[in-house]
Amino acid sequence: MNEVCFKNLEQKDPWSLKTYEANGGYSVWRKILKGEFTPEQIIDELKTSGLRGRGGAGFPTGLKWSFMPRNADMQKYVVCNSDEGEPGTCKDRDILRYNPHSVIEGMAIGGFVMNATKGYNYIRGEFMEPFYRFEDALKEAYDAGLLGENIDGSSVSFDLYTHLGAGAYICGEETALLESLEGKKGLPRFKPPFPANIGLYGKPTTINNTESFASVPDILAKGGQWFADIGVENSGGCKLFSVTGHVNKPANFEVPMGISFKDLLEMAGGIREGRTLKAVIPGGSSTPVLTAEVAMAMTMDYDGIEKAGSMLGAGSVIIMDDSTCMVEALTRLAHFYYDESCGQCTPCREGTGWLYRVLKRIMDGNGKADDIDLLMSVQDKIMGNTICALGDAAAMPVESFLRNFREEFEYYIEHGKSMVKG
Amino acid sequence: MISNKAKKQIDAWVVKYPEGHQSSAVMEALKLVQAENDNRLTPDTIQAVADYLDMPGIAAAEVATFYENYNHKPVGKHTIRFCHNISCMLNGSDELITYLENKLGVKTGEVTKDGLINVKKVECLGACVGAPMFQIGDQYYENLTADKIDEIVDGLK
Repeated sequence: MNEVCFKNLEQKDPWSLKTYEANGGYSVWRKILKGEFTPEQIIDELKTSGLRGRGGAGFPTGLKWSFMPRNADMQKYVVCNSDEGEPGTCKDRDILRYNPHSVIEGMAIGGFVMNATKGYNYIRGEFMEPFYRFEDALKEAYDAGLLGENIDGSSVSFDLYTHLGAGAYICGEETALLESLEGKKGLPRFKPPFPANIGLYGKPTTINNTESFASVPDILAKGGQWFADIGVENSGGCKLFSVTGHVNKPANFEVPMGISFKDLLEMAGGIREGRTLKAVIPGGSSTPVLTAEVAMAMTMDYDGIEKAGSMLGAGSVIIMDDSTCMVEALTRLAHFYYDESCGQCTPCREGTGWLYRVLKRIMDGNGKADDIDLLMSVQDKIMGNTICALGDAAAMPVESFLRNFREEFEYYIEHGKSMVKG
Repeated sequence: MISNKAKKQIDAWVVKYPEGHQSSAVMEALKLVQAENDNRLTPDTIQAVADYLDMPGIAAAEVATFYENYNHKPVGKHTIRFCHNISCMLNGSDELITYLENKLGVKTGEVTKDGLINVKKVECLGACVGAPMFQIGDQYYENLTADKIDEIVDGLK
């Protein structure tokens, strides 16, 4: 446990340059500055490592980096997505607070590989403690001569800056994030063109999640194979899981991919006393909910969770015990997407409102017999019909809640009250 | 309308972005100007930010109305931003929000008579392992209980 992003967690001032370097930090970066690594070598190691995007989409990081036109004669950018806001997700906050230098080194390495001399870390506006931590770490790195122009007399240059959000979940979508960085509303862009061709300020840009960047230095220090071997096939390495909800010890755990859900639940202290597990959302609010039975047989890796009928997402495991009213839980999630839809695509803008209002009327005791069909129809009309993934993210919980816990919705509509809470 | 201090702070953001892209600093500029104008934005302050960053007023207004953290109606000196999303809800945030409303004698969205506090329900603040939680200013308060809320809120001046 805690082998990569969290390896310094228990040490004194884990966020300091001193602690980071005592753990081998910046050794890869210093080798790069001495010319001991080529971009191709780094991409190969990342491909071998099996590292996949930790923000939720799971796209192979090495492959993503290889898409950048590194020889194009123009400014290129590396952007870190620290706009963490998916309900249930709180891992990047701890990386920024406790291991900010790993993000800085990972971004600098990315800059070198993609020949991008400027980077931005987009941090959500509410994360002020992580922001100050990251700013302090940046200052330390600059003072130590690890960033800037022609670093340590080499031909390598990399400048890194922070940018703060101002409260919009949609900015975690990579092209909305770029719009926001440009000082605009966070409306996702059509793809293609992909950011690797036309990104920030119209220039080639690669965007990775905080945890992805933070994993890169160790992968290169110890080898891609070392990282791959920690995990399982198709899911290399370890991963941070935020285990929250009805558990005794909610926390972030960095564990090998492929760990059983049962073991992870135990690490989080198990279900509250006298209660039993009812449902699990394994990857953040956007991923389909699973029944206890299915979850207990599941392994925590991309394929294992997909086989169980959901997605690993950002590794945000939301635990619900038998006191949970599933109608109430879904209504809260529906409110979230209704609130956070950027309004650009009609199916999402109108559909998320419909989903919330219909669920709300069921909660108010005014549900109609055909409301379940109506909810299914609305989510189906959103699914796949929007520019970005927020539409699907709003639809998927609805479909899975209704499929797995249909009787609770029927009961609420018929009796005007919760089957669980009365 | 924008103090010299805020202008200096805005300038420190502007230099992070390439020349000609000073409007990238608009989000922070609006935040700084809001902070020194009763924690809210008005058409005039938004226009002042736009003028300072040499961008169209409508572009600044779009940003000011798109993002959650800008206020357009009167708020208290302190805004308690209470998370009510799934992990917090499962850990009793709704009951604690009601407790806080009763304690202060206001509903969410209202400001206490002395102008000191308003309570706002917000979506996930990304601290789910510390649920239930709220934010006041830059600070997160986690693992809240009624007693803890008393202690924190009674200390607000």
